[in-house]
Amino acid sequence: MRASVRSLSRSAVPAATLAGAIVVWELASRGLRIPKFIMPAPSEIAAEAWEWRYRFLGHTWVTLYETLGGFALSIVVAVPLATLIVYSPWMRRAIYPLIVLLQAVPKIAVAPVLLLVIGYGEFSKVIVAFLVAFFPIVVDTATGLAATPPELLELSRSYRASALKTFVKVRFPMALPFFFSGLKVAITLAVIGAVVGEFIGSDKGLGYVILSATSYWKTGLAFASMILLSVIAIVLFGAVCLVERLVCPWLAPAAEE
Amino acid sequence: MEKTYRTRRGDLVPAVEGITLDIAENEFVTLVGPSGCGKSTLLKLVAGLTPVSGGTVRVRDTVVREPFPDVGIVFQHPVLLPWRTVLDNVLFAAEMLGLDPDDHRKRALELLELSGLAGFETRLPRELSGGMQQRVAICRALLPDPTLLLMDEPFGALDAMTREELGFELLRIWDARRKTILFVTHSIPEAILLADKVVVMTSRPGRVARVITIDLPRPRTVELEFDAKFKAYSDEVRGLIFASRRARADAR
Repeated sequence: MRASVRSLSRSAVPAATLAGAIVVWELASRGLRIPKFIMPAPSEIAAEAWEWRYRFLGHTWVTLYETLGGFALSIVVAVPLATLIVYSPWMRRAIYPLIVLLQAVPKIAVAPVLLLVIGYGEFSKVIVAFLVAFFPIVVDTATGLAATPPELLELSRSYRASALKTFVKVRFPMALPFFFSGLKVAITLAVIGAVVGEFIGSDKGLGYVILSATSYWKTGLAFASMILLSVIAIVLFGAVCLVERLVCPWLAPAAEE
Repeated sequence: MEKTYRTRRGDLVPAVEGITLDIAENEFVTLVGPSGCGKSTLLKLVAGLTPVSGGTVRVRDTVVREPFPDVGIVFQHPVLLPWRTVLDNVLFAAEMLGLDPDDHRKRALELLELSGLAGFETRLPRELSGGMQQRVAICRALLPDPTLLLMDEPFGALDAMTREELGFELLRIWDARRKTILFVTHSIPEAILLADKVVVMTSRPGRVARVITIDLPRPRTVELEFDAKFKAYSDEVRGLIFASRRARADAR
């Protein structure tokens, strides 16, 4: 009982702060008569978003699947790469510097070239999202795989278990917490990647809406798109956390007694 | 039946050197010595986890060249799998050996009961104390009923009281399921209290200083620590270890 009250007040405080900020914003933009195209009031943003609700649906969907596509691709590529890096010292020497090099190149600088090469369709945005998202997954998964306690590996060896069995039953599950912390970083980066791709050149997606809205002084629409993007990022992040809790229930903090 | 290990390793960075050791079946042997005397290396050699650089290791007249399934290993840390329940952690041994875990369930439950873990079968490792986790690790090592149990400072990470308790617990289990045990420890009293034979090692390179047969009645009890014989053994072990240290210091 007391715990539930405490958790309610814990979420009530930030909620009230946010509501207060919105009210102040509303009053300020009305009272100070700030032009709508510079700083629209929350009520104006909401009105424009509502008017655009059907079109927003389509654009949100495009950005969402570009993000998820890039994210999925980065998992598919990153996990085998991490495994190779950990298992083969030779591969480690061959691949790791390249990955770091790739990470060092600013993706925003690469994106225009990429779009030129791949084309302006959604697939190019999937690739940009993938490029920004895969690095943390590779690094964290490799760290996790390398962090298996040596005793467990010796134990597996003493049972004469195959390398595959040791990977499936010991190493990979042991690396899961690391894998998931990589995913959490990657999912938010993937959203950024998709939007950057849309900025460079597209005719769909929330990034496109922001660009075209600002060029027509429709600041309210741009704000609404920004809010939608944040919601996407938060929901996806929450989804990764949820999956983590389902897949690794043993990581949940022990029940307080 | 006789069981013999002969271990000899020299050259390069000699971890252990010129070691000859015979251990009889079902004997409880403790290895005691300062850090860096190669006690753990010796265990790995016996387990076949590290190849010998010279000499041979024999278990029941079979030369050990690679890991063999007839051995159970317990480390200083329990290294349980955090996502598995206590029971499934014990059954892990069977799974990794390619055996059907269902056939070993009954034995796993018996072992858990024997080690005082009845009722904890479905708990996760993090819900258990360090001492209990180490008991689970011992059950895991015993599950395939190995003839040889290698223990590398198994109670080294535990507090003194739990340590003593688990020592007697191990003796009780050993009484019920006789095995050959090779037990590495830093603790002189622990080495004497548990063993039939104490192997005193000195360091750099690791050598056997002396093998002392412990002639104390079983079952062993805490009171034995006040026995004059116990005191004599422990003085002997301490003397050997410190003599080697002094010799090294003089040489410097």
